[in-house]
Amino acid sequence: MTEAPEPGPLAVSPSLPVTSYQTVGPYFKIGLEAFYRNDLTNPNTPGRIVEVAGAVLDADRAPVPDAVLEIWHADSSGRHMVQPQAKPFDDTFIGFGRVPTNEAGEFQFRTIKPGAIQASGPELQAPHILVSVFMRGLLYRLITRIYFSDEPGNADDPVLRSVEQHRRGSLIAQAVQGRPDRYEWNIYLQGENETVFFEL
Amino acid sequence: MTPVATPPSQFVYRMFQEGVLPPNFCPAYVSSVKRAPRQPLVPLPQTISELTGPTFTPPESVQSVDLTKGAHGAALGERILVGGRVLDEDGRAVAGTLVEIWQANAAGRYLHASDQHNAPLDPNFTGGASFVTDAKGRFRFETIRPGAYPWRNHPNAWRPAHIHFSVFGPAFATRLITQMYFPGDPLLPFDPIFNSIRIQAVRERLIAAFDWDTTVPEYGLGYRFDIVLRGRHETPMENKP
Ligand SMILES: [Fe+3]
Repeated sequence: MTEAPEPGPLAVSPSLPVTSYQTVGPYFKIGLEAFYRNDLTNPNTPGRIVEVAGAVLDADRAPVPDAVLEIWHADSSGRHMVQPQAKPFDDTFIGFGRVPTNEAGEFQFRTIKPGAIQASGPELQAPHILVSVFMRGLLYRLITRIYFSDEPGNADDPVLRSVEQHRRGSLIAQAVQGRPDRYEWNIYLQGENETVFFEL
Repeated sequence: MTPVATPPSQFVYRMFQEGVLPPNFCPAYVSSVKRAPRQPLVPLPQTISELTGPTFTPPESVQSVDLTKGAHGAALGERILVGGRVLDEDGRAVAGTLVEIWQANAAGRYLHASDQHNAPLDPNFTGGASFVTDAKGRFRFETIRPGAYPWRNHPNAWRPAHIHFSVFGPAFATRLITQMYFPGDPLLPFDPIFNSIRIQAVRERLIAAFDWDTTVPEYGLGYRFDIVLRGRHETPMENKP
């Protein structure tokens, strides 16, 4: 096998052209199912267990039964896992989940509520979960964030504040009355309440 | 969990150049019409959340991955080998990254309940595998060349033969899902998914190269498919005002 050159760390401009995206298609289960994870909790992980449930809805408010969400978030003290895992997705808590939607377009996952994160600069980021959304019909992933409705820090979060006020609500999972530690959050792909998706 | 210092940069990874990514709203790809968002994307700073992601210890050497050995015998079809490296834009190896693949069998049928194509399933072929790149970013697997398959996008629509690839890279920001195509496939010019990438040179990079070095004598043809993830900015941002 021919080896590509490995330039030093001070290379001035990119030497290789980046690989582009294609849709995940309808049959991703074959490749991705081995690492489906909708329960990230572990008896040894400190923090408050929370559940987030919702649905993915298309332009007609029809449920999307063939989407898959990937989540990534910090632990309860606001720290992200940076140590390489010995084996992909063994049982240690690393803050990664992968959740397909069911026939009704619904998803649900259980995890540890992330802590607040010191952002670049002086701003603190409110607790949040990063989400990638993949499905047939999307040529490129959608990127969004989940915040929690009962976090006072949302008001000062630099990312939430960068979003027009009337659209911020789409990024906030709502605490469910009478069901402590359960939150509801839907993804609206289009329409009046279209979810905020990010360019990264 | 290990504490980590917050990187000072808002833009550690280079942004994609205009035209490199396919647009999500792409009417020629009919399923996109009701699923692609219409509002403009909101720029997201690259914070510690976006700059971290699941990573893994690279195996000592290139993992041996074989999709052709089924529970009852060999999968049917043309056996091929696919090898390559996961690199970043500066040519640095992306070591210890998880790659997942899935594909149709030789007859163009997926082992999936929603695949109703009237073509045979192969009891010895699941079409799925995963592996972790070695210290040099290398991977290699043996499989069956996938068949073309029909889909309902437009009359007489057929997907060119392809293998789906999922790659994590070092961070949430580098997550990639793509498809590998085969050189000389006559269906490529007609495929709305392949052609959703506007720049010809960019989409043609999704076509694997026939490769003598990967070809095994008396055994199977080899293809080379290198995957290039977003690179980091050359200058450490902490040196900038
Ligand atoms: Fe496919």
